[in-house]
Amino acid sequence: MIAYKFDYKVANSIEEAFSMLSSAGDAGSFISGGHSLVPAMKLRLAEPETLIDISKIPGMSGVAIEDGFITIGGLVTHAEVASSYIIKESCPGLAECAGVIGDAQVRNKGTIGGNVAHADPGSDYPGALIAFGATICLSSSEGSREIAAENFFTGLFDTAKEQGEIVTAVKVPVASSSAYAKFPNPASRYAVVGVGVALNMENSTCQSIIIGVTGAADHAYRAKESESILNGSELEENNIEKAASAVSESKEMMNDLVASADYRTHLCGVMLKRAIAKAKYRS
Amino acid sequence: MSKCKTSSEVGGMGHSVKRKEDARFIRGQGNYVDDVVRPGMVFMDIVRSPYAHAKIKSINTEKALAHPGVAAVITGETLKEYNLHMMPTLMSDTQMVLPIDKVCYQSQEVAAVIGTDRYAVADGIELVEVEYEPLPVVVDPFKATDPDAPIIRDDKEGQESNHIWHWEEGDKEATAEIFNNSDVVVKERIYIPRIHVASIETCGCVSEFDKATGQLTVWMTTQAPHAIRTVLALVAGHVGLQEDKIRVISPDIGGGFGGKVPVYPGYVIAIAASVVTGLPVKWIEDRRENLQADSFARDYHMDCEIAADKDGTLNGLRIKTLADNGYADAAANPSKYPAGMFSICTGSYDFKNAFVEVDGVYTNKPPGGVAYRCSFRVTEAVHAIERMVDMVADEIMMDAAELRMKNFIPKDAFPYHSPTGWEYDSGDYHAALQLAMDNIGYDKLLEEQKEKRERGEFMGIGICSFTEVVGAGPSKDFDILGIKMFDSSEIRIHPTGKAIARFGTKSQGQGHETTYAQIIAEELGIPYTDVSVEEGDTDTAPYGLGTYASRSTPTAGAAAAMACRKIKAKAKKIAAHLLETSEEDLEWEVGKFSVKGVPDKAVTIQDIAFAAYTNHPQGLEAGLEATHYYDPPNLTFPFGSYIAVVDIDSGTGEVKVRRFMAVDDCGNIINPMIVEGQIHGGLTQGLAPALFEEISYDEEGNMTGGSFMEYLVPTAVETPHWETDKTITPSPHHPIGAKGVGESPTVGAPPAIVNAVVDALSHLGVKHIDIPITPEKVWRAIHKKEVA
Ligand SMILES: Cc1cc2nc3c(=O)[nH]c(=O)nc-3n(C[C@H](O)[C@H](O)[C@H](O)COP(=O)(O)OP(=O)(O)OC[C@H]3O[C@@H](n4cnc5c(N)ncnc54)[C@H](O)[C@@H]3O)c2cc1C
Repeated sequence: MIAYKFDYKVANSIEEAFSMLSSAGDAGSFISGGHSLVPAMKLRLAEPETLIDISKIPGMSGVAIEDGFITIGGLVTHAEVASSYIIKESCPGLAECAGVIGDAQVRNKGTIGGNVAHADPGSDYPGALIAFGATICLSSSEGSREIAAENFFTGLFDTAKEQGEIVTAVKVPVASSSAYAKFPNPASRYAVVGVGVALNMENSTCQSIIIGVTGAADHAYRAKESESILNGSELEENNIEKAASAVSESKEMMNDLVASADYRTHLCGVMLKRAIAKAKYRS
Repeated sequence: MSKCKTSSEVGGMGHSVKRKEDARFIRGQGNYVDDVVRPGMVFMDIVRSPYAHAKIKSINTEKALAHPGVAAVITGETLKEYNLHMMPTLMSDTQMVLPIDKVCYQSQEVAAVIGTDRYAVADGIELVEVEYEPLPVVVDPFKATDPDAPIIRDDKEGQESNHIWHWEEGDKEATAEIFNNSDVVVKERIYIPRIHVASIETCGCVSEFDKATGQLTVWMTTQAPHAIRTVLALVAGHVGLQEDKIRVISPDIGGGFGGKVPVYPGYVIAIAASVVTGLPVKWIEDRRENLQADSFARDYHMDCEIAADKDGTLNGLRIKTLADNGYADAAANPSKYPAGMFSICTGSYDFKNAFVEVDGVYTNKPPGGVAYRCSFRVTEAVHAIERMVDMVADEIMMDAAELRMKNFIPKDAFPYHSPTGWEYDSGDYHAALQLAMDNIGYDKLLEEQKEKRERGEFMGIGICSFTEVVGAGPSKDFDILGIKMFDSSEIRIHPTGKAIARFGTKSQGQGHETTYAQIIAEELGIPYTDVSVEEGDTDTAPYGLGTYASRSTPTAGAAAAMACRKIKAKAKKIAAHLLETSEEDLEWEVGKFSVKGVPDKAVTIQDIAFAAYTNHPQGLEAGLEATHYYDPPNLTFPFGSYIAVVDIDSGTGEVKVRRFMAVDDCGNIINPMIVEGQIHGGLTQGLAPALFEEISYDEEGNMTGGSFMEYLVPTAVETPHWETDKTITPSPHHPIGAKGVGESPTVGAPPAIVNAVVDALSHLGVKHIDIPITPEKVWRAIHKKEVA
């Protein structure tokens, strides 16, 4: 449980972070909250030679709301998201999601930027951010770009982010109604299955619904089949049941000590039902 | 507190005084093994096997030795030169310290790297190149004795299969007869999986050998320092380590639970390394090593049968068990019997007869086991009987409480001789269960359950009425490698009336510094705050066998009372001298002797102590001290009745323990607060295997889930609100009428929870679920799916 030897540097600006990384080369790694990277280093699964601490970079903290979008700096911790008045009011499902990540220590140190960059298959944010139509903002020495969360998570610990890019912020549209339901791994607290739902109800009809699923497959995905079952419906029980049985999208479910593939499939349905019930209540 | 004999200042038995040791613990000023720093100290780390069974073709240490800071690499060959590559286990089996030609379980120690700091040796172990040739693996104990199974212990002469021992107790024929003549027979295979004590402090030591004096000092995480010293002298006497030159110091311990009774190879290697180098060597396990390689607990496959009559009379019990011992029988079992106290399995019930047999086998898994917070194999026994009684209740459709009440050993039948040979000292089982039922509102709960069931909700009520057997032990039945299981107390009263008391036991958080002082306060009237308690240093403490199996109060606690009585006898002589009267004219009340009928004419124990050094009667030795080695005439049999209420989430299968009522009877109580704390901790450690913990292996013998990211040790978040109460049935043979308590809740909680879960699902036809009851298992039971 002792990491390989490494160097530690602090970047005081984003430009400095880029130049530190380019001089460190492939053996350099950004570190933010350290709650994914440090455990991996202690297990000697990650062996960066140079850690570049980006947590002091100005301009990547805080939560703001403008023109119908919430902007969450890449350095914002899970605890800050969970307790932010802006987020609780304008996208309660996201605060709910952050509030059930790991334990208090993890939430106090871990950051949203690190969480999405790391893309652990059991991470919570990916499912929620897909459902809530979020955009991931990236910067590198080459410039900046934005990617929809739905297209950002591409595989097991894999994202559309290029090596050297920093997640500077996550932008989330103000949601009409949002919720997140999670079945945690009892030991690690990562999501065995987590389902985010953004719901737009009008005259008791579902105008639109977006569903993001995390934990179940090797990366978070949008459950479009279930969405189409529910769109335009009145969210009657039989429709919800149908949507629940479709939510695993015949994807290959993960299989581990806590949950076999068929139990996970079942949990996807249960969590979808619970997320919809909460979202509906909030609408 | 009205029942206390002493005032709260004296703080004898029955006072919930605050724990004396907590002042240093809560300030972070405990002194644990890893806090020990010696001049010139070097560090050790261990290379471990990735394979469960493999030949070692070669070990190349060149690259490791070239790494900056690495001083030496120790292999089996190095130790073989000193004939230290093998060691005896506590069950008189043998175990490798470091291998010469093959490894027999994953994470087994293969070589050790010594270096100037922790980081250098952590790097060093990765640079030791070991070439393995994998061998076929035995994982399933039921296949271990197949004719084509590879022989794991081919190093042992005459070992022609993986079968280790067979043991049986009870009357086979008479029991068979009962089974033939009973109305109903209920059968189940119950598995109690491997679990781990997972103490927060892992194991480790600092070994320091002084080449000039030949003195070896070992600071070590051990629950039994004296026994360890003797074992070291026995295994290493030939290299010059004689017992007078060995000092074992067990400093503060961060949880033991049985896991710190065995001798692990790491200790022996560190000692060998310090003897060879003449330097202090520190070895501290990390969490994964602790979980993956240290002794496991449990791992019993039990085929259980009960024969009963339709009216609910329990007649006979039969259990056939397969014990998976792993690579060696390294059980930390202080009894003469290979399956320990497993034959206590007739529990709290008056069976006509019983027959129990156990077979031990070797598999390619880490060796063990340890008696994780239970006297050896009592948890398994209680689980079997308490599950089976519920199954009988289900079969004949009788209420589980009623069936228990009908079959309990009656209060007036004590001392009770069980069909498997135990003599239960005292008990009142009806009273304990009745109290638990009254406290929790049993009848109301049954009504609530009925209503909920109609609404399709899952709610269950589970009972466990356990009988424990603790306090090893009478030396006729209990020993460790021949060393008898007595324990000791040495008490010295200083001239100013304060005292120091030393014991052969070793607290790992139980609060001995407080409770032993309270026993002395009770007996002598010296305030508990005036009594210093010391344990764990073999140079100063009297010889004893250590702390486990809830034995400290039954043995060393008794020794303290007996030593006090010796002191009191001498004090009486001095008092007679001081009061110028005869001993017959004196009477004792807390803390003083007075002349009968003249209460003003009195001397306090403090006066007497002063006189013992300043004015002792001619012809009497000066001083006021005594030592007692207590060999109990019998074990003590604590008991209790627990009732759990669970709610099950029908969507996910999650089990929530809504209420848990624990009524315990541990005889006379020394410190009610400490007893309650012990019960809270023990219940939590009973909840853990019931719902969360299991160490499992894949087909190649790889441990699955060897870290806290998978292995859930419950925290405050998982722990329900425990409700506790007590009955008091003193032990008739213990000097202060006390029994053990630390293990009752670990033993009693799991069946109560399992019975509650099965009860919640019984209307679906569910009869049994093996622990840990994970949400997926419940979901499968509800949906009648095979367990994956
Ligand atoms: C015990 C435990 C339980 C946990 N439980 C959960 C859980 O229930 N749900 C959950 O979602 N997560 C969980 N986590 C993970 C936690 O949320 C992490 O904090 C998070 O995944 C990573 O964020 P970080 O800031 O700590 O990243 P770090 O560990 O600092 O970095 C992780 C990776 O991301 C890179 N990185 C960091 N920040 C950025 C950035 N701004 N831009 C680009 N790359 C970056 C780093 O280079 C590194 O490769 C748990 C962790 C632990 C230790």
